[in-house]
Amino acid sequence: MNAQTETSQAETKAGGEEQATERRINMIEAINEALDVMLERDPDVIVMGEDVGYFGGVFRCTAGLQEKYGKTRVFDTPISECGIIGVAVGMGAYGLRPVPEIQFADYIYPGLDQLISEAARLRYRSATDYIAPMTVRSPFGGGIFGGQTHSQSPEAIFTHVAGLKTVIPATPYDAKGLLISCIEDNDPTIFFEPKRIYNGPFSGYYDKPVEPWKNHPDSVVPEGYYKIPLGKARHVTEGDALTVLAYGTMVHVAEAVCREKGVEADILDLRTLVPLDIEAIEASVEKTGRCLIVHEATRTSGFGAELSALVTERCFYHLEAPVERVTGFDTPYPHSLEWAYFPGPVRIGEAIDKILSE
Amino acid sequence: MADPADTPQPSGDNRPALALHVPEPKFRPGDQADFSDIDIGEAGAQPRPDESTRPEDMKDLAYGLVRVLGDDNRAHGPWDPKLDPETLRAMLGHMAMVRAFDERMFRGQRQGKTSFYMKCTGEEATSVAASMALASDDMVFPSYRQQGVLIARGYPLIEMINQIYSNKGDKLKGRQLPIMYSSREHSFFSISGNLATQTPQAVGWAMASAIKGDSRIAATWVGEGSTAEGDFHSACTFATVYNAPVILNVINNQWAISSFSGFAGAERTTFAARALGYGLAGLRVDGNDALACYAAQQWAANRARANAGPTLIEFFTYRAEGHSTSDDPSGYRSAQEREEWPLGDPVMRLKDHLIAIGEWDEDRQAAMDKECAELVKATTKEAEKNGILGHGLHHPFHTMFEDVFEELPWHLEEQAEQATRERKIKWPDHHPMEDAGK
Repeated sequence: MNAQTETSQAETKAGGEEQATERRINMIEAINEALDVMLERDPDVIVMGEDVGYFGGVFRCTAGLQEKYGKTRVFDTPISECGIIGVAVGMGAYGLRPVPEIQFADYIYPGLDQLISEAARLRYRSATDYIAPMTVRSPFGGGIFGGQTHSQSPEAIFTHVAGLKTVIPATPYDAKGLLISCIEDNDPTIFFEPKRIYNGPFSGYYDKPVEPWKNHPDSVVPEGYYKIPLGKARHVTEGDALTVLAYGTMVHVAEAVCREKGVEADILDLRTLVPLDIEAIEASVEKTGRCLIVHEATRTSGFGAELSALVTERCFYHLEAPVERVTGFDTPYPHSLEWAYFPGPVRIGEAIDKILSE
Repeated sequence: MADPADTPQPSGDNRPALALHVPEPKFRPGDQADFSDIDIGEAGAQPRPDESTRPEDMKDLAYGLVRVLGDDNRAHGPWDPKLDPETLRAMLGHMAMVRAFDERMFRGQRQGKTSFYMKCTGEEATSVAASMALASDDMVFPSYRQQGVLIARGYPLIEMINQIYSNKGDKLKGRQLPIMYSSREHSFFSISGNLATQTPQAVGWAMASAIKGDSRIAATWVGEGSTAEGDFHSACTFATVYNAPVILNVINNQWAISSFSGFAGAERTTFAARALGYGLAGLRVDGNDALACYAAQQWAANRARANAGPTLIEFFTYRAEGHSTSDDPSGYRSAQEREEWPLGDPVMRLKDHLIAIGEWDEDRQAAMDKECAELVKATTKEAEKNGILGHGLHHPFHTMFEDVFEELPWHLEEQAEQATRERKIKWPDHHPMEDAGK
């Protein structure tokens, strides 16, 4: 079951009987709608990036937007992540609200100086003279045979930076509402889109047929404008056996594993890593006394290390077992051994058994 | 060049051994400086094409040197901006004020009033004259040596000094290294300290202005050394791709701390010539000639405003003093360079021009210099009432955590409480204005 903590979605789904006629869309369409809504509502919003204009993006997230809003609102850029982020800082200083796309998170590194030293610190260093209200959208994560340059999960690089917000949706409903919040936010925001679940939630079994979003309740996405506040986690399932902290693709993998094992887990989809919903995490761990952290990114200094430290610092006397992390391995993302690398059901299942046996 | 005789022949290979070239400046400490090989051309000799000229039709201007003020102290040729005497005197006044300000602030750092300062001695024209050719609401993305822009735009000296002292009057709340000013009111972007990052930002601002159908343009300043950064390449690429209404000013002052311009490629070509590969208009200008600086910036501004394209201007000048208060140039370059520099001193040249046209004299110059020095001194005293760096804790500790985000998240609130607790332990007898600014 899906226990929604956000009232807006609960309201949306109040009419359960009408579900057959409810509009269901995938995450790409949800992102496209968020951009469409914001381009329509706010003339200062502009969308730019490699291949995002006429073509509509390599993942189709910006399809149709240039035709609708014109070439000066939605346009292609040179292959220069430094330039894309750099000009977005200048546009923000002018008063625009740029939404640059970095085609793959793996390509973001040439833009890091502009993000870390410029966008993230502009409000602070200028004492609010200038701000960088940009939302950097970028597909991240593996599971599509992308090899080591189309599979990475570099979120911890950004959560480590003072002044950046890092947001990761796990459903079409969240993708739209969170992206609209990011675009309206006056701070620079990294919006990582888990590309493995663009077209459907993923159970972690790469050899099973892809399940489309239309079978998932969170593919019901209202038309028009709505927001999901940043910094609020989502309760995916409620249970007393253990707490699972996850985000992006791994929310669905962890949920599938718990369902399969018959474990009643309290699964939290963090949705925003910075600022983090520490209250939801504390409440859950205090209830269950056990905590599993799951992310696809490499292990050492990954965001799981931060989560583990926070849970240990703040919930130590409630813990009945050591906090466990399930992560990708500390290697580059391998091409042929992708599914050996991926923190799938076996790795998660083992960790759950270990936590529950303590 | 490596001596081939010193390099062993690779065995079993009859191809010549390769040799790495590591640039070396012509003069080191103790050397006699001789710049006679620098071709500075004649004042007035360069043609002034129409502002809509295609870059490929004005290539020579990227290799020559636009000069207006001749050895006779008169203005020559088509680049003479024909400014009225009042404007020329204002320009001279701003440049004199920059020099007086630099002297005083440098001394203040040596007296322990602050941690750091950077003079722009010898480069005053590249910021003062250039910014006077822009409209006051054109957006400026400076590097760290463009105090002349702020002074020309009438930014209050006391705000500059408060920032340099990081005192309680500092509008940047003591967060930034001295001289990293910011003033939205004066269309002056926040100075970074990471080099060349401002160049694509200026292009982005200009793109935004064009997207909105605005009439304001952007201008940025960057040192020749940091044109080596990828950001500069990105800036040139985006500028040309979107025909952005922007001016890219490269201040070639010959030295990037201890590295001469050869480490940015100056042994092979000019910095203005960088423009040509991108399809940008390129101008190479005598940066110690205030009239040439003004005229070139005005040309580029007219071009940008007419949607005729961006311009890259190389201002050929000389960093007469150290990189900063932390630098000692006697350790790496000949002290004679400054004296031998073939393009003279920008303040003196403009002064001599005004005298030559009968609009100025040495007495008025001396009076003006004295007035500048006294005003700076008085303003410094005024600023010191707000404190100097190291004397007291000028800013409430909570301000350290503000403006990281628009709203303070829980983790920063927790850390702010920690800092406040520590304050009571570390400075138990100090009871300043904690939370006064909250």
